Amino acid sequence: MTGSRSKFSTYGEKAIELLIRMCGMSAIFFVFAIFFFVFREGAPILASKEFGLGEFLTSTDWYPTSMSNVRFGTLALLMGTLSVTGVAMLIAVPFGLGAAIFISEFCTGKLREILKIIIELLAAIPSIVWGFIGLTVMNPLIQKVFHVPVGLNVLNAGILLALMGIPVIVSVGEDALKAVPDSYREGALALGATRWQITWRVLLPAAKNGLLAAVLLGVGRAVGETMAVLMATGHSVQVPHSVFDSCRTLTATIAAELGEASEGSPHYRVLFLIGILLFTITFIVNLTADLVVKGIRKK
Amino acid sequence: MSTPADTQLVAQFGETLFTRKKKRSERIAQCVFAVMVACIIIPLVLIIGYLVKEGYSLISWKFLTTNPTNGMRSGGIWSALLGTFWLVGVSLCISAPIGVLAAVYLNEYAKNNWFNRVVNLAVVNLAGVPSIVHGLFGVGAFVLFAHMGHSILAASLTLAIMTMPVIIASTKEALAAVPRQFREACWNVGATRWQTIWRIVLPNSISGILTGVILQVSRTAGETAPILFTGAVFYRRIEEGNLFAYNITDQCMALSTHLFAVKTQVTNAPEALSFAIALVLLALVVFVNLSAILFRSWLRSRKKW
Repeated sequence: MTGSRSKFSTYGEKAIELLIRMCGMSAIFFVFAIFFFVFREGAPILASKEFGLGEFLTSTDWYPTSMSNVRFGTLALLMGTLSVTGVAMLIAVPFGLGAAIFISEFCTGKLREILKIIIELLAAIPSIVWGFIGLTVMNPLIQKVFHVPVGLNVLNAGILLALMGIPVIVSVGEDALKAVPDSYREGALALGATRWQITWRVLLPAAKNGLLAAVLLGVGRAVGETMAVLMATGHSVQVPHSVFDSCRTLTATIAAELGEASEGSPHYRVLFLIGILLFTITFIVNLTADLVVKGIRKK
Repeated sequence: MSTPADTQLVAQFGETLFTRKKKRSERIAQCVFAVMVACIIIPLVLIIGYLVKEGYSLISWKFLTTNPTNGMRSGGIWSALLGTFWLVGVSLCISAPIGVLAAVYLNEYAKNNWFNRVVNLAVVNLAGVPSIVHGLFGVGAFVLFAHMGHSILAASLTLAIMTMPVIIASTKEALAAVPRQFREACWNVGATRWQTIWRIVLPNSISGILTGVILQVSRTAGETAPILFTGAVFYRRIEEGNLFAYNITDQCMALSTHLFAVKTQVTNAPEALSFAIALVLLALVVFVNLSAILFRSWLRSRKKW
């Protein structure tokens, strides 16, 4: 058959296939490129005398611009990230999974469509707008409700991140529930189970991997969020002891300080190293989520 | 008065304690879940309502089409609005073709083996990389390594790579919705793989792909962190009314970074101004998103197969 085709179409076909394959693999290339170029800017500091990797990971002293004693400890920032993410997940996991169950099992037709659209719109709100809301709406609200002097704290950012993470958890969680075969539901219905009994006894155990993946993706989203936490956490470097303490996260530190750090200075390079740290954390979280989902498919 | 026969009937067919308990727990569960959903939606509605109420007064055609004045304390948002359009447009030109072809590869060419699992994993991870790390990557790769400097091009490239997973995911879904028989029929009359894709698969999924592109537009328009250090500038005056007032090598303002600057860096900026900027950005993103959703549901309703 190929003989009857013109030379162009044979070679054209080959060329296009090559192009498509290259585009397909571009994602791998980009992930490596991100790691490489961020690491390339940050790496020279690893060899410098004033920097110790142990201090970077375990010290809570973050004084990157100090004249006498520069210290680059990111533990306080990491704790900030973890506490904000923790508070966010405490809110987002029950509400997100609850909403996923409600949308997938307890409502039908128009209501379901409308709720799905609302959740999708919730996901579309840009993080800078969330940050703005944190600054202008949540800040005075928290001050008034809890009688605390500053409303820019872990709680504020946690609530914002929860609202941002919920759409992720709802959509992935709903997919997981949808993936449970209908025969399971029919079997349980035939035995006289109510929808709640089906959900609790049949669907949750059957979909638990997918739901866990949904939670993990929500965590990944919360860890990587930048602008909202930059504006809502209050920006003081400390290990927070309560939800009303201000803190600072890894992402916010990069966004706030990269503009001031002169190019090539130790401070600048350390900010890129923080980028690598963040990249590693989110990579592990996403990888775990993927493995968990793949586990369910194999079964 | 119930006869003994009635009592017997009730015992046989009426509600037992067990069923009553079952029904009660069902009702409780339903209420709890409904309240949870309400807890998500009500704050959203309240917040958007508040933004509209505070920002609405400033918004006018003049606000959209004049430059900021008086150290960004008054005037409009023209240079930021146009900057956002430029960033979205340029990044779309880069990411849409690559993203669609990547999805074609994953759906049409890729066999189910470990390598393509890695490709899929890379797509997921690309979507999961924090936006600020994308920004760092943009600085390292485009601004410094490729010597593009702080420019619309560098910022758009960063945004393009960041939002590519959106378009890959939705295109893959659209391609997978085309029935396999369509392809088989085409192969049977002697078409090559690419001819099948070009003449059959893509035309049949073009609307789904377009939906993905629209969603990507909304995502790109709202991003802040990736452009903060790659091409966004604090203030820039451009010619009003000229859509081509920016050049691809220029730095530009963007709505998202403008909102950030006005709220956190400009002292004594009127409250209503930042609310108005937030409202414009929100309206833009929600409008684009909503049109994608409506477009998609319209498509589903008239699906031919």
